[in-house]
Amino acid sequence: MPEAAVIRAASLVLAHTPGLARHGSKPMRSLPGNAELTARFLASLRSFDDAVNYPPHQAFLGACHPRELPSRPWVGTGLPGADRFAPFGELMPEEEFLGLMAAVDEFDLLKLTPEVAERSAKRLAEHPLAQHLDLARISAAAGDVAAAVASDALPVHLAPDCLAGALRGAHAEDESLTAYVLLENLACKATGTLALLHLLHDHDLDPAAIGYTISCSEEAVGDRYQRGGGNMGKTIASVAGLVESSGADVKNFCAAPIPALVIAASLVVAGVFEQVVVVAGGSLPKLGMKFEGHLRHDLPVLEDVLGGVAVLVGADDGVSPRIRLDAVGRHKVSSGGAGAQILHDLAVQPLEAINARLIDIDDYATELHNPEITEPQGSGDVAARNYRTIAALAARRKEITRDEIDSFVAERGMPGYAPTQGHIASAICYLPHALRRLEARSANKVLLLAKGSLFLGRMSQRSDGMSVLLERNGG
Amino acid sequence: MDLSTQETIKRLADEHGADSLIVLLGAPDAESAGIAAETVVLGDPSWAGPLAGVQLGLRVYHILEEEARAAVPSEVWEEQVGLMADVLEVDAIAEAVREFREQVPQ
Repeated sequence: MPEAAVIRAASLVLAHTPGLARHGSKPMRSLPGNAELTARFLASLRSFDDAVNYPPHQAFLGACHPRELPSRPWVGTGLPGADRFAPFGELMPEEEFLGLMAAVDEFDLLKLTPEVAERSAKRLAEHPLAQHLDLARISAAAGDVAAAVASDALPVHLAPDCLAGALRGAHAEDESLTAYVLLENLACKATGTLALLHLLHDHDLDPAAIGYTISCSEEAVGDRYQRGGGNMGKTIASVAGLVESSGADVKNFCAAPIPALVIAASLVVAGVFEQVVVVAGGSLPKLGMKFEGHLRHDLPVLEDVLGGVAVLVGADDGVSPRIRLDAVGRHKVSSGGAGAQILHDLAVQPLEAINARLIDIDDYATELHNPEITEPQGSGDVAARNYRTIAALAARRKEITRDEIDSFVAERGMPGYAPTQGHIASAICYLPHALRRLEARSANKVLLLAKGSLFLGRMSQRSDGMSVLLERNGG
Repeated sequence: MDLSTQETIKRLADEHGADSLIVLLGAPDAESAGIAAETVVLGDPSWAGPLAGVQLGLRVYHILEEEARAAVPSEVWEEQVGLMADVLEVDAIAEAVREFREQVPQ
């Protein structure tokens, strides 16, 4: 059995979906019946070029490190040389994404207008991942969209307001199989698949060598007898051609990617599987979540992208960064819910376990939500607050002085740069940056930490969190 | 302030009377602390919740304010919230809450 598990590779994708943003939970509740607000919402959707040029998206996709981002505001600016394809993956335009959803739709749920089907199939045929996509499905999805909408299918638009497709429900009486739920699940499947295909293609990996696929997405696939039954992991593995893989899902609200990584590494170290993929697709309900704040501040609707991530965990190869399973932090039941206590469990405890200090960590990756998105709606700068709390913990432990809190934050933290896609924004979006820095020996240790709000589901008053240390290999 | 919290506060005020209650906030910034304080003193400024148009006039403090700190055993305060005094902008938060507390009818 291998002594350690490593992260061999990681990919990130974004899909620009301003037309789907109206199906986010908040817009879906606020827009119907309010023509004036709807008009403002549609007029405030971003163009694809604006989304590509948006500096936080470029940092997300690896064109620059988050600490290299220009100072805010980022809206209305662009990063020089910004491109759709970037080191960690890509930002896919909406029309192609509708085609991608059709390509991964195994139940003919999504119908596209003939024009959109033809254009998206043509563009995806020229995509670097074209050979891995079932383009015939896109052509087969062409049909009479208006008739489908008239029969109660959910209309799907290209931004700002062009009817492009329709998604039918799968069962008239099953609330788990309504058109809206299926759209959410299909969007998650498509973004997760795109991330996994980039992982395989961009890193020249052998799909047949992967034994297991764990999804940590936020959707709930199932039927009325088993809401949230899953298994998005195997679903995505199947579409991406991981013929030797099975899979399952790990659920833990926004924190899920960290337990998924820890479980994947444990499976590898225990010798159960040699290679395990951790994958997550994007969250449709979170599109436009804070749009009212954006409109109030004359900003565009900034939550117009879906995220996706895929990570390959494997046996120690002597090169790739190690996952330190002896430095895993978890928010214990007995620890209570105070913010400082959560961060103590997640930041201090895993380091104490290996006799390391907070100042031994080069980069902390925590909730990296873009403050330009969260602040206008009164949610504050989540990343900055986390970093100041970790720095204050270091000061209390006499590792730094109180005067050094700001420099601790500047050197070991970073500005939030991730779209508010919950799980994707929670530490795992930093993984490709972490791998790059650890492999280049510009960092030795990176701590990933994420939190989840269990209380939102009304079954527990608790929150949760988990952390894990990544370390440069060979030293 | 979310709607269920507003509802709970309204119910408690109905049951026990405004004079018997003190609202203790833990909001992480001045803006949200101010909105919460305004809600329990003058009513919900967003006009969305059960306290819209309801002036409860409750006494309200933030846990990081000196008055609240003095009312809690120092070791408990230190263990539970002391760290956040180093993290959050305590003066701005206190100012935002005080602004509305001073509007509570005497």
